[in-house]
Amino acid sequence: MAAPIDQDPTFAEYAHPESLVSTSWLAEHLDGPDLAVVECDEDVLLYDTGHIPGAVKLDWHTELNDAVTRDYVDPEKFALLCGERGIARETTVVFYGDRNNWWATYALWVFRLFGHPDVRILDGGRAKWIAEGRELTTEEPKPTPVEYPIVERDDIAIRAFKEDVLAHLERMKSGDGALVDVRSPGEYSGELLHMPDYPQEGAVRGGHIPGAASVPWARAANEDGTFKSRAELSAIYEDEQGLSKDDAVVAYCRIGERSSHTWFVLSFLLGFEGVRNYDGSWTEWGNSVRVPIAQGAERGQA
Amino acid sequence: MNESSSLRQLPPELAELVEDFSGVGPKDRLQLLLELSRELPPLPDRYADAADSMEQVHECQSPLFLAVEVEPEGDRAVRLFFSAPPEAPTTRGFASIMHTGLDGEPAADVLAVPDDFYTALGLAEAVSPLRLRGMAAMLSRIKKQVRSAVA
Repeated sequence: MAAPIDQDPTFAEYAHPESLVSTSWLAEHLDGPDLAVVECDEDVLLYDTGHIPGAVKLDWHTELNDAVTRDYVDPEKFALLCGERGIARETTVVFYGDRNNWWATYALWVFRLFGHPDVRILDGGRAKWIAEGRELTTEEPKPTPVEYPIVERDDIAIRAFKEDVLAHLERMKSGDGALVDVRSPGEYSGELLHMPDYPQEGAVRGGHIPGAASVPWARAANEDGTFKSRAELSAIYEDEQGLSKDDAVVAYCRIGERSSHTWFVLSFLLGFEGVRNYDGSWTEWGNSVRVPIAQGAERGQA
Repeated sequence: MNESSSLRQLPPELAELVEDFSGVGPKDRLQLLLELSRELPPLPDRYADAADSMEQVHECQSPLFLAVEVEPEGDRAVRLFFSAPPEAPTTRGFASIMHTGLDGEPAADVLAVPDDFYTALGLAEAVSPLRLRGMAAMLSRIKKQVRSAVA
């Protein structure tokens, strides 16, 4: 059984209104039996300072990533992560977090790799919940463990590897498909090797994948952390950047987190089909031998 | 460098923190870090409205500002001041480790802290190596300021 859909009229315009819930919907449905609320933050301790009552913590770095191979957890580990949090295959999972839900969308994307059916984002995330003065608690929930099935990860539909991006570039030469670089303008041009004010994660070359449109991820969010309206999003991605719903689009950033946010916006809010997230992103591309790179503010030729 | 020789070079409060952290499992290490994050003292008035006179530690994932003062006399005691927002408890925790471990220590002892001392805290597993880079950067910026103050 899935939790009911949030009928908030502001979501109706999006391609998949069922993928969002509002803070007031969540406050009303917190005790629902078919719902799990998962907090996923950049800061590994933020959840512990106070979280939405009943919400469980999931850390993107120490839990969603494999500890050895640069990859996501395997099906057994994923089943364990879900099961111990009381998440069954049928459970509706609402993700929220800090920084405009950046890590929440990343966690949602990983859940979709495993085909978890009902995943949603709390519009506005942690910041909006707190700004509205809603309840926070430091009490750790004790979910009853459940059995989560071992499900193979699908790395094809919504995930792109470096080889896929190289093949994608070939297709772009014949005018088919698009790339979106969601990093800051300085990273895109090659002036910076990492996000402003962030640690250098070791890319030896700066710039972007040739032909990529530059749309910093946060342009999709309002001041209060909610997503912009469909018309505003369409104006950015479709009118201004020339992306089209029918395009095969690959989004990337530095390690695939910020681009999960854009992947969510394009897929769930604008209804693009066939958007993939390249999680190797710049920390792979910027270190790879003989891959094409463009520098400066212009897209360059794929 | 083996662990015992590196610990001997640590100021006593910092050595104690390292022992506290390494003596417990990863989950309790996070709890310790959380407690430390709450203990980070507020900025004194002279810095409260003067963030621009402080140095930003860009390597931290959240905005962290740092000021270093070195006493002009005696053993040149080092005073440390940090500013990090409450929504960045991990960064506050790192700053608090620095403050608890190094504030009031002689300049020479601060400079003698091994650059990789934080590996002995055993936080890599609990926090992830990437997030720990902020701590390394904090120490290196503190040392740089101390070095220029005593030069």
